[in-house]
Amino acid sequence: MTNEYCKKVILDIIADIAPDEDLSNVKPDVRLRDQLQLDSMDFLDIVMELRKRHGIEVPEADYTRLASLDSCAEYLTPKFNALAAKS
Amino acid sequence: MNSGGHYDVAIIGAGLSGLAAGIRLAHFGRRVCIFERHNAVGGLNGFYSLGGRKYDVGLHAVTNYVPSGVKGSPLGKILRQLRIDRDEFALCTQKGSRVAFGPTGGASLRFSNDFGLLESEVARLFPGQSDGFGAIARFVREAPAVGQGAGRSARAFIRSKADDPLLEDMLLCPLMFYGSASEEDMDLAQFAIMFRAVYLEGFARPAEGVRLILRVLLDKYRAAGGERRMKCGVRSIVERDGKAAALVLDSGEEISATHILSSIGSAETEALLGRRPPPERRLGYVETIAVLRETPSALGLGDDTIVFFNDCERFTYRNPEGQVDLRSGIICCPNNFEYGEGRGPPEGLLRITCLANYDAWAGLARERYIADKARCFDLIQDSALRFLPPAAPGALARSTVATDMFTPATVERYTGHIRGAIYGSPAKVRDGRTALSNLYVCGTDQGMLGIVGAMLGGIMMANSHILKA
Repeated sequence: MTNEYCKKVILDIIADIAPDEDLSNVKPDVRLRDQLQLDSMDFLDIVMELRKRHGIEVPEADYTRLASLDSCAEYLTPKFNALAAKS
Repeated sequence: MNSGGHYDVAIIGAGLSGLAAGIRLAHFGRRVCIFERHNAVGGLNGFYSLGGRKYDVGLHAVTNYVPSGVKGSPLGKILRQLRIDRDEFALCTQKGSRVAFGPTGGASLRFSNDFGLLESEVARLFPGQSDGFGAIARFVREAPAVGQGAGRSARAFIRSKADDPLLEDMLLCPLMFYGSASEEDMDLAQFAIMFRAVYLEGFARPAEGVRLILRVLLDKYRAAGGERRMKCGVRSIVERDGKAAALVLDSGEEISATHILSSIGSAETEALLGRRPPPERRLGYVETIAVLRETPSALGLGDDTIVFFNDCERFTYRNPEGQVDLRSGIICCPNNFEYGEGRGPPEGLLRITCLANYDAWAGLARERYIADKARCFDLIQDSALRFLPPAAPGALARSTVATDMFTPATVERYTGHIRGAIYGSPAKVRDGRTALSNLYVCGTDQGMLGIVGAMLGGIMMANSHILKA
C-alpha cells in the first residue's frame, strides 16, 4: 500500500459522505477542515467508514492524525500494510 | 413467551427520529429493529387514508430549508449523515408567508426563504427596531451549538434587544406555533433553534407531502439492513440492575437489546418502565382540513403559503379554557409552494390549526364529539378566513369536496403522545439520557423540532450514545 492509495481511500469516503463538496483541488498538506466544510459528525463518519469498508480501527485519541490527506496517509499506510500482511 | 432474538439496538417508534437513528445504526452494521404500534410509519409526521385520499398528519412545511450550497445547515447535516441526495426529497420552496395580527390582520409581517424580506418588513412596520432585530438575528446565527441559551426566557431576551411588544409577539407567534411545548414563553435555546428553522432558513415541501420523505427513509433503512416490525407496540421495558434488560411487546413476546432508543417521549418511556411521572401542562391542537375542487388561490384566497394569525392585542400561547382558541392559529395552503407548472398536489387543500384543550375533547361521548368537531370546524374556518383575501361568498363551501379534522384526542390515540401534545413535554432532555444507562430518548422530547430537527435528533443520539461508544 502506498501513501497515494491511502489518500484515495480518504477522498473516496469524503466523496460519499459529503457529495456536495468539490474534491478536485484538495491540498494534501492543508487541514481538511480548513478547505472543506467538514464537522465533527463528518469526521466520525470517516472513521466509521474506514472500519466498515477496510477494517481499519482509529481510536478516538488518534482522530487528530486524520487532519490532512498527508497526515492521513502517514498514519493509515502502516495500518493498511499490517492488515495486508495478516491476510 | 420468549421467541425474540437479540438486537444490538431496539428502537421504539417509527417516526422520523427513530427512522433516522435506524438508518445510521444499520448502515454501520448494527443489528437494529424498529418496533411500531401503528400500522404506518411517520409518528407525529405520518399520513393516513380516508375516503380514497391520503392526508398528511403533521407536516405543513419542512422547516430548516436551505438551497444547495449553503454550508453547515441542519438540512445539509441530515442529508450527509443519512447518505440522501437532496434531490430525493424533491423539496419545493414556499411562495411566501405572513404573520397577521389585529382583528382582520391589519398588522402584517411578511417573510419568505429570503431573510432580507423579513428584515425590510420589520424596518417598515417597526421603525427604530431594526438594530434590535438585527441583534436578535445575530445571536441566533452565532449560537454555536444546540442548547445555547437553555434555561433563559426568550421573551426577556427579545425585550432586551427590541422593546416593542407587538414585534415581540409577532416574532414569537410562528416560532411557538411551530415548536413550543411551553406556554406563554419559550426557552431561549428553543427560540434560537426555531428562529433559525423558520426565519433564517425557511419552508419547503415535496409535492407529494410527507409520504415521499418517509418513503426515502424507509428505502434507506431497508437497504442498510434494518428490520422493522409494524403493529407491534412495546408494552413495557424490563429494568434490571440499572439497565433496560428487555422489551415486552403487546403480544407478550420478549425482545432483548444491548441499547434501546425510545422516540415515544420521556414520560411515555417512563410509563413503559412502570413509573408514573407527575402530570405536566401540555399543549394540544386541533386541525381542520378542507379538500377543495380548486386551489385556494383560484378561489381568491391568495398565494400565502402559511399565515400565522392573532386577533388580540397580545398573543396568548396557552391551553384554552374552552375546546379551541379561535383567536389565533395557523393557516396552511399546501398548494402555495413553487412546484412548477402542473406538478403540485392533485387537489386544493386548506388546513387550519388552533390551540385546543385536551380535557375538553378527551372522554366525550362519540355523538357529542362528532357534533363538537363539526361545530368547531366551521368556527375555526370562519375565524381564519378573516386573515386571507376574501373569496366570493359561498365559494369555499361550494369547492369543498371532503373535510377532516383532528383533535388532541385523535393525536393521543394514534401516536400515543400523552394528552396529544404534538410538541411533547415542556421539559426537554437534550442529551437523551434516562435513569437507565442503555436507554435513551430521541425525537420530540429531546428538543429537536420540525422534521429536519427530528431526524437530526435521532442521528445525534445514535452517534453519541451508540456508534461512538
